[in-house]
Amino acid sequence: MSWWRVALVVVIAGATLVATAQPVSPPIKLGFLAPLSGAYAQNGRDILNGLLLYLDEIGYRAAGRTIELLVEDDEAIPAVGLTKARKLVERDGVHVMAGALLSSTGYALAPYIDSMRIPMVYPVVSADDLTQRKRSKWIVRTGYSGSQPNHAFGEYAYRVLKLRKVATIALDYAFGWESVGGFERTFVADGGAVTQKIWCPVSVHDFAPYLTQVSRDVDAVYALVLGRAALQFMRQYREFGLKDRVLLIGAGTTTDEHVLPFMGDEALGVITALHYSAALDTPANRTFVAAYRARFRKIPSYYAESMYTGAKWLVAATESIHGHVEDRAALVDALRAVKVADLPRGPVELDAYGNPIENVYVRKVERVNGELQNTVIATFPKVSQFWKYNPSDYLKQPLYSR
Amino acid sequence: MAARERDGLKAVPYRSAYRRVAWFVVGALLVLGPVVFTPYWLGLLTQVMVFAVLAMSLDILLGYTGLPSLGHAGLFGVAAYAVAVLSTAHHASFWVCVIGGIVAGTLVSAVFGLFVSHVRDVYFLMITLALGMVVWGLSYRWIPVTGGDNGISGIPRLESHAGLPVSGPTPVYYVTLAVLIVCGVLMARLVRSPFGYTLRGIRENEARMKSLGFNTWLHCYVSYVIAGAFASVAGVLWAYYNGFVGPTYVDLTASSEVFLMVTLGGPGTLVGPALGAGAIVLLKNVMSAYTHRWLLILGAVYIVTILGAPQGLWNLRVSSPPRGTRRTRR
Repeated sequence: MSWWRVALVVVIAGATLVATAQPVSPPIKLGFLAPLSGAYAQNGRDILNGLLLYLDEIGYRAAGRTIELLVEDDEAIPAVGLTKARKLVERDGVHVMAGALLSSTGYALAPYIDSMRIPMVYPVVSADDLTQRKRSKWIVRTGYSGSQPNHAFGEYAYRVLKLRKVATIALDYAFGWESVGGFERTFVADGGAVTQKIWCPVSVHDFAPYLTQVSRDVDAVYALVLGRAALQFMRQYREFGLKDRVLLIGAGTTTDEHVLPFMGDEALGVITALHYSAALDTPANRTFVAAYRARFRKIPSYYAESMYTGAKWLVAATESIHGHVEDRAALVDALRAVKVADLPRGPVELDAYGNPIENVYVRKVERVNGELQNTVIATFPKVSQFWKYNPSDYLKQPLYSR
Repeated sequence: MAARERDGLKAVPYRSAYRRVAWFVVGALLVLGPVVFTPYWLGLLTQVMVFAVLAMSLDILLGYTGLPSLGHAGLFGVAAYAVAVLSTAHHASFWVCVIGGIVAGTLVSAVFGLFVSHVRDVYFLMITLALGMVVWGLSYRWIPVTGGDNGISGIPRLESHAGLPVSGPTPVYYVTLAVLIVCGVLMARLVRSPFGYTLRGIRENEARMKSLGFNTWLHCYVSYVIAGAFASVAGVLWAYYNGFVGPTYVDLTASSEVFLMVTLGGPGTLVGPALGAGAIVLLKNVMSAYTHRWLLILGAVYIVTILGAPQGLWNLRVSSPPRGTRRTRR
């Protein structure tokens, strides 16, 4: 062997040693999707805020690897969401994805995620069937299913609020049907009656034609609205003289913190149910709310909390597999197996179908220190998406619809 | 095909050679697509080609017949929904889905055509808009069939449904390319046929065409149905490409986007709309990766095009508008 060959071998061996001695692992690429423009931009922005807050807290590092965040705007259009997901997976080569807001986007992404085998966390998308009749191996939901808090709320409305006849006014899409459906199921099972179901188009501007239909002999009106529609609804509910005569109850989004600061006295006394309230008095939540307020100068909505928790979940799973996110099957198993403590919303665990079992809080809007808040007046611990029903019997019944 | 399909313009020899080279390069890039581009870009290119078929079909109405339709995405959507329903709820075979989609879209356009072919100009715009909204309303409210707002997901991938032995984005790409070429050739032949010239005659002066003894109603009707048939072909491709359909594909925004593709690219030509489709799909997807203000850029592009090239980009190539393209109206 001539001397230069020896030198070459030495150089190669040296280079290999250097390369193995300093394992500079590439960053974990996290793809994020949410509507950041259009009618749902505010909700999407809140979701992103929750993610940014948590990533800041951990310094964009998990299991010794840096986290590289790639943000895409899905415009609340399923086709756009799908194109952006393709971009994140095929062009940017993300290891894991999180986000999406609307059920329609959630359903549109599911087959693609399955075919590409990319683990994805759905922090907000609440379409029941994503963890029921159309489950996906690669999607883990850390939020809730639309009917989940409403099953508990239906029972509460009958047994505690002593309501017997209720009219519902809800936005006319899957989230509305599933929320109203869940409420109706347990409320009617106890002996109550939903005497009217009024549906408004999602793009509703004026609730007058719907509010005039409400019959005056009901004990309460159950409302499901969100965003701009929620502000409009609250104002008109009072203007129509209903506020002082008929109790207003509803799904969590109706008085969620994404709209609550913009409401006035018309929202006082409204009772709703959700798996979170910014007014929840636990150490974990107080810390979260204070940090969120300091950074974004507003109170966190459930959207923000959902993604904060989702991010925490994701990072815990990543750490449990020592940062080897390239092994996607291991990551998705870890996402299902991991236990995360000290979440703002309270204890959460996943059921066998990939949906959280978590507390449902009944909240009443009150004014405290000059600010409206969702004061928790009752807690249903460990509520499953199937409520008290047997999962296999439950799944034999059709999905809630109009 | 496309070099010659521009109506009646006598090309100068050296220019034609230059053009032949340009077309050869574009053709070679398209054929070698899977080698040249990454899967992501290949997907975008597939999307461009699907919308190219759709925009070209709209141009038969808008550019050649002079009928501005704002409901074209509705016909596209009917075909896409037909494929989705047949393949998921009824587990139909590949060819049943393809033919079912095209037949459904064409049938709907044959019915709609009966209403819309009587009116012109702004009234045509309004009635097609209304019918497009009817399709949207159906897709949104006929929940047992269309799934409402959630749409229908889980449409099988084209290559597995057709039983092709290959997988990945390449087969979808080549199928779309082949369909684009076939549709392009058919449409090019159509607009250069006597029938196509009659459509242009109707666009320029319907009263005169009538006095010459042409049944202008029938010509408009047939042109509407043909445009609907080609839009259905695009709809079938789109359903397979996306694996998902929902109400957002058939709404007014979708229809006006196709309308913009045609006006941006150049109405009264077939290459123009394809170019417009490419410009809009790429601008949307590439810009949005770099800036959140991409809508602003897209808006600026529209305004600059309307001011600088009111006849569309493709019609810029010649100093005077080619014989046969519309000059004054709109």
